[in-house]
Amino acid sequence: MILGVSIYEILTLTSILFFIGVYGFITRTNLISMLISVELILNSSVVNFVVINKYLFPEVLQGVFFAVFIIAVAAAETALAIAIIINLYRLISSVEVKDTEVMKY
Amino acid sequence: MEKILFYILAIIMVVFAVASVSSRKMLRSVVYLLFVLIGMAGIYFLIDYNFLAAIQLTVYAGGIIVLMIFSVLLIHHIEMELEVAKTFKKIITAIVCMAGLGIFLTTIYSHPFNVIENSNSTTINEIGKGFLSYEAGGFILPFEVISVLLLAAMIGAIVIAKGTKKTEVGRLKSEE
Repeated sequence: MILGVSIYEILTLTSILFFIGVYGFITRTNLISMLISVELILNSSVVNFVVINKYLFPEVLQGVFFAVFIIAVAAAETALAIAIIINLYRLISSVEVKDTEVMKY
Repeated sequence: MEKILFYILAIIMVVFAVASVSSRKMLRSVVYLLFVLIGMAGIYFLIDYNFLAAIQLTVYAGGIIVLMIFSVLLIHHIEMELEVAKTFKKIITAIVCMAGLGIFLTTIYSHPFNVIENSNSTTINEIGKGFLSYEAGGFILPFEVISVLLLAAMIGAIVIAKGTKKTEVGRLKSEE
């Protein structure tokens, strides 16, 4: 654990990052920008897993395993999302949400 | 010392996260996201999970950010500025997010966490044994499932991104 830093401060930090991500997800109108916001949300939740593992249950490692799994799923999700976005751009020459009307080719 | 480092990292992360969701240049917002992710790796280093910090740096900073920069460069002009949402919508969203943050923080601060003072450090050996053990508390099954998931995602990404030539819809759209 971090000397002199309580769990409350770290959870405050991750909550702030989470809601910045939510704000970005709602206000952005561009697919890649929305993907960036999703990354922020996922990352702040991963830090929560790790911090609670370290501060409350230091003798087990479950939080670390779940963090690794979340990172792996997030990486897969990003790769697929970017593939879909590039394919969509090839179809309609735009990545704005309001132009996105077709999902099949 | 650690406290000061933590606060520096926290300020950097919050500032760059706000910059990342509000910047009007797409490439810049990706680069700001990179700083947030590196700050998170710094927090993992501070709480002594070196393995996770290394994963964070290689997978996120090394992989995902590069992928995003590639896609931004493929589909955008660098100079192009993003559309912004209406000011009214922004204000409403900010208020809702603040309310949600308030609820989160009141819940967190009213919960008595049972913190155990410790300075255990974790070795990669323990993490690897935890992943590959099939006894109680082992993670061998999710570990194998996640490898199949990664393979499926890779094949899916290739199939989707290979695509076909511009179809009728695309041509009609670009002519408009």
